Amino acid sequence: MPLVSFHDVGKTYRSLQGVDDVAVEHFNVEIEAGEFFCLLGPSGCGKTTVLKMLAGFEAPTAGHILMEGRPVRGASRDRAVVFQGDDSLYGWLTAIENVEFGLRMRHVGKAERCERAMHYLELVGLKGQEQKYPAELSGGMKQRIQIARVLANEPTMLLMDEPFAALDAQTRSLMQEELASIWRTTRTTVLFITHDIDEAITLGKRIGVMRAGPRSQVKGVIEVALNGARSRTDDVFLQYYRQVHDMIRDEVAKAMAK
Amino acid sequence: MYGGYALGFVSLFLIWQLASLYVVSSVLFPPPTVVFSKGLRLVRNGVLLEHLSASMQRILAGFIAGSLLGIPIGLAMGSFRPVRKLLEPYTEFLRFIPSVAMITVAVIWFGIGEGSKIFLIIYTTIFIVILNTAAGVSAIAPNKIRAAESLGATRAQIFFHVALPATVPYILTGMRLAMANSFTTIVAAELIAANDGLGKMLWDGRLFMLVDEIFVSLVTLGLLGFAVDRMFRWSIYAFAGKYSPAT
Ligand SMILES: Nc1ncnc2c1ncn2[C@@H]1O[C@H](COP(=O)(O)OP(=O)(O)OP(=O)(O)O)[C@@H](O)[C@H]1O
Ligand SMILES: [Mg+2]
Repeated sequence: MPLVSFHDVGKTYRSLQGVDDVAVEHFNVEIEAGEFFCLLGPSGCGKTTVLKMLAGFEAPTAGHILMEGRPVRGASRDRAVVFQGDDSLYGWLTAIENVEFGLRMRHVGKAERCERAMHYLELVGLKGQEQKYPAELSGGMKQRIQIARVLANEPTMLLMDEPFAALDAQTRSLMQEELASIWRTTRTTVLFITHDIDEAITLGKRIGVMRAGPRSQVKGVIEVALNGARSRTDDVFLQYYRQVHDMIRDEVAKAMAK
Repeated sequence: MYGGYALGFVSLFLIWQLASLYVVSSVLFPPPTVVFSKGLRLVRNGVLLEHLSASMQRILAGFIAGSLLGIPIGLAMGSFRPVRKLLEPYTEFLRFIPSVAMITVAVIWFGIGEGSKIFLIIYTTIFIVILNTAAGVSAIAPNKIRAAESLGATRAQIFFHVALPATVPYILTGMRLAMANSFTTIVAAELIAANDGLGKMLWDGRLFMLVDEIFVSLVTLGLLGFAVDRMFRWSIYAFAGKYSPAT
């Protein structure tokens, strides 16, 4: 049984003028436990919408989402979210207090809390920054706090919405490497949203390509059989790039033509 | 920073001194030297302190009560739409009736004693605090709440650990504005109906043509307001690093 399955999931938004806007329709995907699944699609196709429904922030208007066989209802600590911007960090808490947040809410003792938070801060390369406030940290560091914060909470699954989109190219590829190595050690299931083909191939075990919206759905799923560190100059990497690119090209064109 | 302030104040009093000596030389416009020596005398015989503490006690009592009432009401209005809909007619209607206009009613209801003054300060404090607090709650980034939800926080925890701290700078700003209003209100109220206070001092000054005393009262009000406002600005600034609404 897959960890997560979307069954004909649809989401219709109603505008203020009362016009229905079908963002996604007949969305079907299965994510296995321990898998790194990338969801790739052109801007506005409904990637965030899919993530919000799985996170439990919004309910589907059609179909249903199962996690471990049970329908998803509301947010829960088994599905942790890394948000695209940095507005989800708590500006009044230090880096380490942000990372401890989930543990504190569960009344984990101070010593254990601190120890676990430090462990994950170290894992994301933020040792020595733990007493700083988010306003004192760079964009890349803030994303790392978000990642440490969800890891410290030890969720069943990580949902990440273009977490590196706002970073410069160097920082981004560094963060990708870090995330890949964290995933190799923790083997937490990940749903990773991106519109960057490179990023999807670098990180994903499988890549779900979405059609342009409205009424978006999964066009196809590509299995990436690359092991260990992936280099963008490998022949195999380039073959995958071409394969994904061919699949998404028409969709990007459609999305732009709207 | 403090050097700049000191210079600003010195130049203010210097210009005043020169203006009263050479530009409008008149007993109706005493120079600061005269005002300060008069002020010193009123400090020595305890009169100034008596009026000052009478006004300050009224302000503090009303201001604290108004804030303690306003903050939870504002939090509730910002958090729950039905509460907002229910209470908005009150706040939107009453906040346009200035507290000065309520003086007569206050005196009729609560008499000439402390009751009417404290009522007026509460009245002038509460709406600004409510409005700012509610605005602060609605300004919280939804992702802050969502993050807490998916980290396993309960609704009560989200309120106390996310919504409340995120709103602190807005609450302090509301209180700061309310404090400025309280000064206006207390002087107006004491002018009309009081046995002591800085406003009463002003009124007596007019009645008995004690121009120096009027100026002592005015300067005291200015300095007091300045000091209290500094305190608020400082605490907002101190919290801003931690409780910054931006991040
Ligand atoms: N709250 C909402 N109300 C109304 N329509 C919405 C809402 N959220 C999203 N939509 C619409 O749903 C569609 C998909 O939006 P979504 O944010 O999921 O796209 P996305 O794939 O995440 O795009 P991007 O790559 O630009 O982040 C868009 O047409 C958008 O206008
Ligand atoms: Mg998006």
